[in-house]
Amino acid sequence: MSMADHFMKNPSPRNLNYWWNFGSLAGLTLIIMIVTGLFLSMHYTPHVDFAFDSVERIMRDVNYGWLLRYVHMNGGTMFFLVVYIHIFRGMYYGSYKAPRELLWWLGIVIFILMMATAFMGYVLPWGQMSFWGAKVITNLFSAIPLVGESVTEWLWGGFTVGNPTLNRFYSLHFLLPFAILGVVFLHVWALHTTKSNNPLGIDMKGPQDSIPFHPYYTYKDLFGVGIFFIVFAVIVFFAPNFFGEPDNYIRANELVTPPHIVPEWYFLPFYAILRSITFDIWFLDAKLLGVIAMGASILILFVLPWLDSSKVRSATFRPIYKWFFWIFVLDCLVLGYVGGNSPDDMAIVGVKFVTLGQIATFWYFFHFIILLPLISRIERPKPLPHSISEPVLKGGGGAATAASSQPMEKA
Amino acid sequence: MRKTIFISAIAFGLSAAIQVSSVQAAGGDSPALEKVDWSFSSVFGTYRLKQLRRGFTVYQGVCASCHGLKLLHYRNLAEIGLSIAQIKAIAADQTKKVRNDEGEEEDKPREIKDRLPEMTNKVNNKVPPDLSLMAKARLGGPNYLYSLLVGYKKPPGGKKLDDGQFWNAYFPGHVIAMAPPITEDGQVEYTEKGSPKATVKQMAEDVTAFLMWAAEPNLGDRKRMGIKVLLFLLIFTAVFYAIYRRVWRGVKH
Repeated sequence: MSMADHFMKNPSPRNLNYWWNFGSLAGLTLIIMIVTGLFLSMHYTPHVDFAFDSVERIMRDVNYGWLLRYVHMNGGTMFFLVVYIHIFRGMYYGSYKAPRELLWWLGIVIFILMMATAFMGYVLPWGQMSFWGAKVITNLFSAIPLVGESVTEWLWGGFTVGNPTLNRFYSLHFLLPFAILGVVFLHVWALHTTKSNNPLGIDMKGPQDSIPFHPYYTYKDLFGVGIFFIVFAVIVFFAPNFFGEPDNYIRANELVTPPHIVPEWYFLPFYAILRSITFDIWFLDAKLLGVIAMGASILILFVLPWLDSSKVRSATFRPIYKWFFWIFVLDCLVLGYVGGNSPDDMAIVGVKFVTLGQIATFWYFFHFIILLPLISRIERPKPLPHSISEPVLKGGGGAATAASSQPMEKA
Repeated sequence: MRKTIFISAIAFGLSAAIQVSSVQAAGGDSPALEKVDWSFSSVFGTYRLKQLRRGFTVYQGVCASCHGLKLLHYRNLAEIGLSIAQIKAIAADQTKKVRNDEGEEEDKPREIKDRLPEMTNKVNNKVPPDLSLMAKARLGGPNYLYSLLVGYKKPPGGKKLDDGQFWNAYFPGHVIAMAPPITEDGQVEYTEKGSPKATVKQMAEDVTAFLMWAAEPNLGDRKRMGIKVLLFLLIFTAVFYAIYRRVWRGVKH
């Protein structure tokens, strides 16, 4: 098939639900970020003495600069919102399982590139949170034994976060989205090789199970885009600073540390994991362990297809896994809540945020390392339907289907 | 479909709650902020230009001696309804350093194309912050600014403060180096016809509205565009939904 054919005729399961809209939304958001970013880059100055003012010039003097800035800034939020839902969809319906492991891996690569891009992008306005967030996170590299200090100074381009750092972050922030675009291309190619998963988690067995992508999912996705834009527009036009920190409207000042240094909301769970390791183990100090835990929390996703060995994909038919999936989602929200607060403040009666974070971090790894292998061994899944079209033909009543109503043929 | 909306609503609500709770946790022991019904608050909010002009008068009379507003240009004042002649006169009251043909620095009056001054002198041992973004740079925004201005009280428990320190109910830590800026009615004269009385509360409200405009001059455009955009999107999303349902009619799924 040609590229155009791939898009239009790609045989897709007929039973996809709205959780399948989020992949196309993610691709759309990437394009929006690249276009708004390109126009912002025409007006931005990546120098410590001019960056903050150049952003304010965009907000005040550039025609519709405020719109470009607010769309780009809140587009980052929308991008992560959409991608997190997309990832959780994959975890619920077993889209990471065979034969889609490569697709899942490419997705995690995209996620990691997104995080690097977003981190560097937040530094560019050179506000207090930009500077201090950069300082905290780049300092983590000094935790690497032996070479840590040197690596950190090499990254900084100096002995602290300064102008060389800002300049190279700008350069990389401009570059990485195109790397993301390339990996997205591979991600869609991998998807077209295995074809989409579906809410039942069973393979398409023949033409009665599938429908062409166009017009069915093109128009469904277009409707999804409408809903997405409504949410996006409400945020951009009526609450553009809701997801931001007031401190970032203060120029960066290396002599004044903000009382609370927090990253953007989409990094909060990882920030919580980082800060929850407060103790040394043997020769590994707490700072290094925190970094390792934070890294492991993302890298563990690569081994998910092998941690969860259940042959049944969809949680619809996995009563025990389904419960623990939702507990995992709750755990991620708790981690996010912890990440946004000061560790020594009280979360609930008698429990500090740092302790709550430690419990939630433990559960996060417990879910992957212990629970998933255990559940996949002891769980008795519900009986699967024989085919995708079977529950539709049996359960639904009435109208003739668009596919043939002949009995199913062997694949 | 309903389940999807339900779950999405919960997720969005939870993340909003997380944001809000993280924000409130930083509040400490300050009382709840005074809430003012700002003209620019709601979905249909706009600035009231008369209020902005009054607020600018308060800024000039009370704040400008210590606080800069360097992200604004004099030409921006045309947006709040001051005439070109008025702006030129206001600008000419301030000087800027210019190099003459001999290469020497000299003071020249500012012009309409120039920025408002930057203040770098220390007062009570601290440099007063520039106010250009103050309405967005503090938690609580304009409500915080207003509360701060009207929130000066006697220190509780007869606590003794040093010279140059003042007690404010809303300032984090309560001890602020800025003396109460607006202390008596009529401190500034509202010369425009039909202006309300210049009470302390009125002046505090007006200068806060002005500072909100200084921080976000495009708020009115933004909200107006937002309404048009949302109307367009609501109509077309409905159309796309209808198309989706029509395309899928009779397709078993």
